[in-house]
Amino acid sequence: MNVGIIELLTIFVLAGFVGIEVVSKVPSILHTPLMSGSNAIHGIILVGTMAIMGQAHGTVQVTLGFLAVLLATLNIVGGFVVTDRMLEMFKAKPSEKAAKSSDKDADGSAS
Amino acid sequence: MTLFTWIDLVYLLAAIGFILALKGLSSPKFARQGNLLGAAAATAAIAITFAVPSVRSAGSRLILMVVAMVIGAAIAVPAARRVKMTAMPQMVAIFNGVGGGAAALVSLTSFLILTSHDAFVGKPAVYRIVEVILGVLIGCVSFSGSAIAFIKLQELITGRPITYPGQQVINAIVGLAILGVAVATVLTASTVLLVVMLVLALGLGVIFVLPIGGADVPVLISLLNSFTGLAVAASGFALDNNLLIIAGTLVGASGILLTRMMSKAMGRSLANVLFSAFGSVVTATGGAAGADARPVKSGTPEDIGVLLAYARKVVIIPGYGLAVAQAQHTARELADLLMERGVEVFYAIHPVAGRMPGHMNVLLAEANVPYDELKEMDEANPEMTTADVALVIGANDTVNPAADDTPGSPIYGMPIIHADQAQNVVFLKRSMRPGFAGIDNELLFNPKTTLLFGDAKDTLTKLVAAVKSA
Repeated sequence: MNVGIIELLTIFVLAGFVGIEVVSKVPSILHTPLMSGSNAIHGIILVGTMAIMGQAHGTVQVTLGFLAVLLATLNIVGGFVVTDRMLEMFKAKPSEKAAKSSDKDADGSAS
Repeated sequence: MTLFTWIDLVYLLAAIGFILALKGLSSPKFARQGNLLGAAAATAAIAITFAVPSVRSAGSRLILMVVAMVIGAAIAVPAARRVKMTAMPQMVAIFNGVGGGAAALVSLTSFLILTSHDAFVGKPAVYRIVEVILGVLIGCVSFSGSAIAFIKLQELITGRPITYPGQQVINAIVGLAILGVAVATVLTASTVLLVVMLVLALGLGVIFVLPIGGADVPVLISLLNSFTGLAVAASGFALDNNLLIIAGTLVGASGILLTRMMSKAMGRSLANVLFSAFGSVVTATGGAAGADARPVKSGTPEDIGVLLAYARKVVIIPGYGLAVAQAQHTARELADLLMERGVEVFYAIHPVAGRMPGHMNVLLAEANVPYDELKEMDEANPEMTTADVALVIGANDTVNPAADDTPGSPIYGMPIIHADQAQNVVFLKRSMRPGFAGIDNELLFNPKTTLLFGDAKDTLTKLVAAVKSA
């Protein structure tokens, strides 16, 4: 079992370095999508909540598991949807100005 | 290959997908594909988890699981679709908080499952208990902290720092109590003590966030995001799940880095942001109140319209006031109009403009401003000396020269956009009220500064008309 925890710690440390490395190149104009995107990624706790539900016994454990699945789903689904909505709005200068008039629902929120 | 090998392989692919999703954010061009790849990776990981034998054969619990997912998605999708871009910080705070809550529940329940198992005798290994404690502790702090951050941002309570006598002492007592209960839990493996610690951790999240003022909330949200990542990683340890460890740690590490970058953009250390209660500093140094009576030069939209129309280079410096007035679209209209006349226009964005890191860029992107017209502070500042007009819309602290030349000021040392170096400065302001940090801005009284009072959307509309007829 001790070998197991060391393996996990190794993964933990390496993932930490990867996280710092990858994010250090994100420009500040994308910091909000970065927060909301990384927010969506930790929603993968949903996989953990599913494993918990699979092993839960008795009302207490099942109730806690149910709640956990619900919260994790909110996190992961909401996180990815809202990030996509934001990133969809980031556009380069259009080469043909005509493309502008065909912009769709992005304004729905403002009304 | 066995089923478990397949599952682990899919988890590995999902982890790669998450890394690439974050990497995609290095450029606006690939950011969206990156995020979609991340979503696909998550979907694959969830799908394969249904194949895990204990999940697949869970019977009624499997049904409950799917019900919870359907309810969650039914709430999350419309919420994420409808939220206004100005309210994005609150939304991220909520999604972050529920993630932390889920991680805490996973850790707690994994402990209950472990200790209530039929074949279980004695005590779980010490490292198991530590994993559970860390998951519960960090997850709960993130959950309740995010909830308070949401309430502050939604302005259900004041955004100002909430302080009370003995605050530091109470924080220290709660912190020590958690430490004590945690050690006791490790020694006894008692479920009751674990629940006591959970409650204390929820309390810690609340008292940790209450004294943090509105201007510092962007840094706070980034930190809480990082906490949730670490809580997820802790759950991964408790469940021996590589994917949770990798995803959680990625977010944890990147969140800490972003938090440090944010504090740097405010010219302060992270410790200072978290523990100084910004407001109390302000009242200590806010002796300039009498300065309000000094004269300022206010102009008419026509004057300023002419100034803008015949300028060669105009720099627009937007702040949160622009977003509050929902004036992003009108600002773009004005910029486009000026560009049609041959004026060089760009937007200079301070890293902490808005209510979360990079918020202003999202708000302008929403108004269809191409991202190549947005310049970061470091890129914009060298150009300020050659600008004819700095048009400051609803911003204040981020152009306050006190950050450079007034050592006693609470924002002293914060990097600012040097609007003061432009030939002319125009402020579109609602009133003489100071900004988020609550301090006076010398630049308002500078002879080259003209003020145009009113709602940003109104004044911008008038400016558009004035430029058209100029």
